[in-house]
Amino acid sequence: MCLAIPARVESVNGSMAKVDFGGTVQEVNISLVDAEPGDYVVVHAGFAIQVMDEKDALETLDLWRELLEHESVSIT
Amino acid sequence: MDDEMDGGKADEGVLGFKYRNREVADKVLQRLREMDLNIRIMHVCGTHQDTLIRFGMDELLREVGVEIRQGPGCPVCVTTPHEIEEAMCLARKGCTITTFGDMLRVPGTGESLADMHTQGYDVRTVYSINEAVKIARNTDNDVIFVAIGFETTAPSTAATLEHGSPPDNFKVLMCHRTIPQAMDVLLGLGELRLDGFIDPGHVSTIIGIHPYESISEKYHIPQVIAGFEPLDLLMAVYMIARQYRSGEARVENEYKRLVKPDGNQRALQVMNKVFEACDVKWRGFPVIPDSGMKLRSGYEQYDARRQYEDILQEIWDMEIQEPKGCMCGEVLRGVANPEECGLFARACTPRTPVGPCMVSGEGGCNIVYKYGKNRI
Repeated sequence: MCLAIPARVESVNGSMAKVDFGGTVQEVNISLVDAEPGDYVVVHAGFAIQVMDEKDALETLDLWRELLEHESVSIT
Repeated sequence: MDDEMDGGKADEGVLGFKYRNREVADKVLQRLREMDLNIRIMHVCGTHQDTLIRFGMDELLREVGVEIRQGPGCPVCVTTPHEIEEAMCLARKGCTITTFGDMLRVPGTGESLADMHTQGYDVRTVYSINEAVKIARNTDNDVIFVAIGFETTAPSTAATLEHGSPPDNFKVLMCHRTIPQAMDVLLGLGELRLDGFIDPGHVSTIIGIHPYESISEKYHIPQVIAGFEPLDLLMAVYMIARQYRSGEARVENEYKRLVKPDGNQRALQVMNKVFEACDVKWRGFPVIPDSGMKLRSGYEQYDARRQYEDILQEIWDMEIQEPKGCMCGEVLRGVANPEECGLFARACTPRTPVGPCMVSGEGGCNIVYKYGKNRI
């Protein structure tokens, strides 16, 4: 139910956008986010609910590194 | 662990990062083993449960002293028989009923919406509220959208009513619910010792981290918002375990690639404009204060309960018992695992579901059954 699928925004037309779910293009509502062509959004029940950005994704990796590398056992 | 964990088809994240690296997973598990744990963690999301069971992570975690329980994280499952009966009553009165797929097969007091569809009533599955509005535009009949779902889904209902200009014959049967209130009540019931919560990633995409903070303060319980890949969940468990070991109790965010501290403000604003909090019963729970949403004044024309008050009164007055022997309530409170129910995989299977946890793809019973574990 709360499943949300990543998709790439192809084109924007008002509150709607054509997004690419890895080969399948569908129209979704983007009125809840600021999305432009090229952005990755996550889509739930026909609505984009958030935009993913690379900086935040990198922060997750930093978090993991921080948690695991700086302790007794190295992950590398 | 499943071979899928070693890489392959779904190995790359959207941005090319790996969230299914077996080597990292082994190291996290080793860390957990070294911590010599004996803890119980609850999550409140069917998609988390799917990842945990699909990859066999529940067993791996049990080996390192971490027991995972699924709580009330399945919108279809926590929807009450009364709400299902309301939808069926409106179908009998000739309305067109639209809702998400899993809702159709959940029995009310006997029949389900799917049974009514078979009998010729106008019951339709939709993927989104947009489809329900389109149906309403092409008919003079009243079209009822049974609006289930947590905070992930509720903004789409609010935005549609606020900006989508639905036609006058479009009505909403509000069944949306909010998760933090249920977590609070569940801890307050005190039926189960819990040492941490894995908070739902996509609900948190909307609400951010702050609504959980009072729960950590009140019950001194660690919480980590987690994504849905195996490594997201392993890291969340590790972060909870670290808090547990150091005596901390705060809300951390493992899912930073999608969850911002303040959530999605645009979604929250439209929800606040269209909805107001109300007390609502959850299946398996008592009435949970402020955990429901109802339409504010100014949106009454879309409120199915207000428009059909006279017809629905008989449903509201009904006493409805849960199906005999069904332990969905206990499963939703995390007090029982699906296999502990006497009906599981005997009288109750995905083809012949007795309770909603066997119907929904997010239900604890359905997930355990689907992945073929403990079949009798």
